[in-house]
Amino acid sequence: MIELVLEERCSGCNACVEICPTNVLEIGSDSSPFIARQNECQTCFMCELYCVEDAIYVGPYCDRPDPVDRESILASGLLGELRRYHGWDEWAADPRYSNEHWQMEKVFLRARDMAICTAP
Amino acid sequence: MSNHRQDTLELTTDVLVIGGGLAGTWAASAARRTGASVILVDKGYCGTSGVTATAGPGHWWVPPDPAQLRENTIRNRLKTGFGLNDPEWMNRVLALTWESLPTLAEFYNFSNDENGVTQYRALRGPEYMRALRKLVDSLGVTVLDHSPALELLQHSDGSVSGACGIRRQKGGDWQVNAGAVVLATGGTSFLSRLLGSHTNTGDGYLMAAEAGAEFSGMEFTSYYTVAPNHSTMTRSMSYAFATYYDEDGVVIPMPPGPDTMRPLARALLKGRVFCDLHRTPEDIRAKVPVISPNFMLPFRRWGIDPYKDRFEITLHGEGTIRGIGGLRVVGWDCRTSVPGLFAAGDAATRELVAGAISGGGNINSAWAVSSGQWAGQGAARYARKHEAAGGGRPIGQAGLRPGSATRHVDLTAALAAVQREVLPYDKNIFRSGDRLEQSGTVLEDIWTEFHSHAAGNFQTVLRTRETAAMLTTARWCVASALARDESRGMHQRDDRPQTSARFNRRILVGGLQKVWTRTDPAPKPELAS
Ligand SMILES: Cc1cc2nc3c(=O)[nH]c(=O)nc-3n(C[C@H](O)[C@H](O)[C@H](O)COP(=O)(O)OP(=O)(O)OC[C@H]3O[C@@H](n4cnc5c(N)ncnc54)[C@H](O)[C@@H]3O)c2cc1C
Repeated sequence: MIELVLEERCSGCNACVEICPTNVLEIGSDSSPFIARQNECQTCFMCELYCVEDAIYVGPYCDRPDPVDRESILASGLLGELRRYHGWDEWAADPRYSNEHWQMEKVFLRARDMAICTAP
Repeated sequence: MSNHRQDTLELTTDVLVIGGGLAGTWAASAARRTGASVILVDKGYCGTSGVTATAGPGHWWVPPDPAQLRENTIRNRLKTGFGLNDPEWMNRVLALTWESLPTLAEFYNFSNDENGVTQYRALRGPEYMRALRKLVDSLGVTVLDHSPALELLQHSDGSVSGACGIRRQKGGDWQVNAGAVVLATGGTSFLSRLLGSHTNTGDGYLMAAEAGAEFSGMEFTSYYTVAPNHSTMTRSMSYAFATYYDEDGVVIPMPPGPDTMRPLARALLKGRVFCDLHRTPEDIRAKVPVISPNFMLPFRRWGIDPYKDRFEITLHGEGTIRGIGGLRVVGWDCRTSVPGLFAAGDAATRELVAGAISGGGNINSAWAVSSGQWAGQGAARYARKHEAAGGGRPIGQAGLRPGSATRHVDLTAALAAVQREVLPYDKNIFRSGDRLEQSGTVLEDIWTEFHSHAAGNFQTVLRTRETAAMLTTARWCVASALARDESRGMHQRDDRPQTSARFNRRILVGGLQKVWTRTDPAPKPELAS
């Protein structure tokens, strides 16, 4: 579930409020987003992907809040990881993060071939 | 719903599309391309909502040449689908999917393989839905985000003439008067925590049933997908290399191939199950983050190395998502039996193409792409003959207009009770007649209470309607599973282990006050005029 919106990074673009499928965030009196309904979070990570400032952290638990320490999250290297692997925004030209989703079928075929080889 | 007219955004259009996921966006674009005016409403945000946005659908993808390729594909699928699917529908889906995906090149950056050949078959979810949002915006479709539909409007002649809902971010209500309506509200996993599925609560099924529509294939709703325990991450690719262990660390034997669901469910009924992915080849490990970028997120955040460490797993129910059932379509343009109402994607039955087994991995997305376009075009054609006119009556019942005095109904408890009947492995994967009978009785009791007394206010009306939708969808699933007094495909009854020729027919279901089932008298839909 979503755990943090880091004010020090947030630019107040409020994209997360708009794109959250389950309407978890709201625009606060200071015009920046806050977590208004954490229990509605479906742990889909879309807010992280759409946050160009890497200011959002979603925890891995989908069925319970799991408060985190902001300093350790800032230091963890986890912020922005999803957006980078998707090759969005400033990562678009980086060949390390080009979209190789199309390889999925080949991976399934490799697994099938391995299973055939190791079958008794 | 509120009676404050001044709070209502009232709009008129040729075609209203309800649901802006994979099928809804293809529907809106196809309708708009015929020249019709189109409004698309989504409960969440069109572009991130729905189960495509968090996944990465590989489509059913077979080249037209040589012709035997498709013929063989169809013949094989008829066999694995246990004869409930239809070769003509399969052929149409293969053909339209093949033509459609390359048309997205303006908005989706398709990859080339190492030989420079463009790869169209599988698209990454967030990029795919972002592209489809750009497409509908570029075509001039009016999109209302965060605007869930709550109920349909219906004329006295029975034809559907629009819908109403709420604007959950802007406040107030909306009403759209339309010449025709496409329901593309997705399937429902009964809020099982399946990835990306929490806006898919079966609302379209409930709304359509209130207008008199019927359903098909609702017994084929027993598909489950593995995920790390406490996570939503039902991305299955990497589990092709999984090794599973019981609580004592003993390897659980798995048949080779993708059918691990039943052995896993059996093991989970005995105790906790653990997994590692140590058999994954090194080169694939390196590629996983750029193939499925979300797969590693929970592991990294828990500090688990899934290639080395064992982690606990669970199975999330998919209900009608990678199950099969949904609204019955009765024409090539995906019309339902209600005039002016069309169905697309997981809101519609996929039995016509998938048969009695899951359409995940290929057919579901191809069906969403093609049924969306047929429904969009069909709705536009219908709207040309039946201009949008006000005067439709809102027809929502359960949760909106209770049968008797309004009373507090505990929504959390009602949902938990529904989930207890349709999600447990021992009730839904390993079915039996007497357990289904019991589930039916429990669900009828909840329905009677719910239908008679539940009514939401602006804050609670959406969750109230969603709960009503999942509740009545569960009733249809259970009734269909009872009516199919045999085992076939994903529907497996411990008490009826054989497949019986008597049931070489689709099973139809419907009804709100009283649930009915019957076998489909006409396996083939009539040609649309
Ligand atoms: C993890 C996962 C992986 C998958 N992988 C594959 C694959 O590889 N190949 C394949 O063929 N299929 C796959 N599928 C299935 C495929 O994703 C679906 O068949 C497809 O997304 C269906 O599209 P849809 O538009 O009907 O539903 P969705 O994409 O789920 O969209 C439904 C939309 O309706 C909206 N909505 C719901 N209720 C309302 C309401 N009351 N008012 C307004 N809007 C509403 C929702 O917000 C949502 O945006 C996968 C599914 C999952 C869960």
